[in-house]
Amino acid sequence: MRKLYLWLPLALFAFFAGLAAYMLTQEKDQFVESAMIGQPLPAFALEPAFDGLPGAAKADFTGKPKLLNIWASWCLPCIAEAPHLEALKRSGVEIIGIAIRDKPADVANFLARHGNPYTRIGSDRISEVQLAIGSSGVPETFVIDAKGMIRYQHIGDVGADDVPTLLAELEKAK
Amino acid sequence: MIRWMIAALLALIALPLAVPVLGQDSMPPAPYAYNQLDDPRLEAEAAALMQTLRCLKCQSQSIADSDAPMAGDMRHQVRARILAGESPEAIRGWLIARYGDYVSYEPAVSSTTWPLFATPVLVILIVVGVLVRRLGKRRDDDAEAKA
Repeated sequence: MRKLYLWLPLALFAFFAGLAAYMLTQEKDQFVESAMIGQPLPAFALEPAFDGLPGAAKADFTGKPKLLNIWASWCLPCIAEAPHLEALKRSGVEIIGIAIRDKPADVANFLARHGNPYTRIGSDRISEVQLAIGSSGVPETFVIDAKGMIRYQHIGDVGADDVPTLLAELEKAK
Repeated sequence: MIRWMIAALLALIALPLAVPVLGQDSMPPAPYAYNQLDDPRLEAEAAALMQTLRCLKCQSQSIADSDAPMAGDMRHQVRARILAGESPEAIRGWLIARYGDYVSYEPAVSSTTWPLFATPVLVILIVVGVLVRRLGKRRDDDAEAKA
C-alpha cells in the first residue's frame, strides 16, 4: 500500500492519453469569432461593387440598426443564404453588403440569379474592411446599431432558423 | 466496357476536387500579397512578423506559408503597414484586437495562458527542492558515518 504513489505517473499518463483520445472524437470548432463585438465599426468607405447600387461606408450605418453582410459572388454558402436575407429584407431590415474580392460583372450576375436583398454594396477588393472588423470568412453577418457599434456577429450562412435570432438582435440593438 | 468504368470511376474520384475550385475568387491578389517590399530591412521585419501570424482560413499555417487568398490579403496588410511606418508589434496588436490571441503564434501571458508559463517554473522549483533535500540528507549521512 505504501508504494501506491509509484502508480501516480502511470495514472497521470493514462488520464492524459484518455483525454487526448476523447478530444479526438469531439468536433473541432472551426470558427474564429470577431473580438470587435461592442466596439465601434472602423471607418471605411468602399466603392460600389457594381453599377446598380451605391457603395458602402461607415456613415451609412445611422438611423436604425442595420445588417452588414460580408459575402462574395464566388462563395457557395452565399447562394444558400440568399433567400433568408430576402426574408429579412421583407421584414423591413436594411442590409448593407460588402463584396469580398469580387468583380462588378460577377456581382451583377449573382444578384440577377439569386435576388438582391441589399440597399448598398461596397467592393472590398483586398479584404481590407473584412480584416478591420475581425471577419474571417464569407459569409458573415454583423448587426450594427444606429451609433455605428458592432453588436452581434453571425458566422456562416444565414439559415431559416437564424432569421428570428437576427431580428431579435436587431431589436436589442435599438 | 472496362475502360468506360475506369473513366467513370476516375471522374467520380476527381469530383470533390472540383468543388473548392468553384469556391475561389478570380481576382488578382492584393499588391503586396506576393510582392516583397523594396527595402530589404523592412521586408525582413514584415517576413518575421508574417511567420508568427496565423492564417484564419487554414488555421494550421502561418500567413507566410499559406496560399489562401485571405492570407495574401493579410500579408498585404502587414507589408503596407510596415511600409507606412507601423511597428510589427503594433500590427500584431491590431490583429489581436480583431481576432483575439488566436491570430498570433507568439504566446503572450494572459489570464488563460499563465499556467503554461508557471508550470515549468513550478516543476523546476520542485526538482530543486527534492535535490537539495536528498543531497543535503546524503551529506548528513556522510558526516554521521565519519563521526
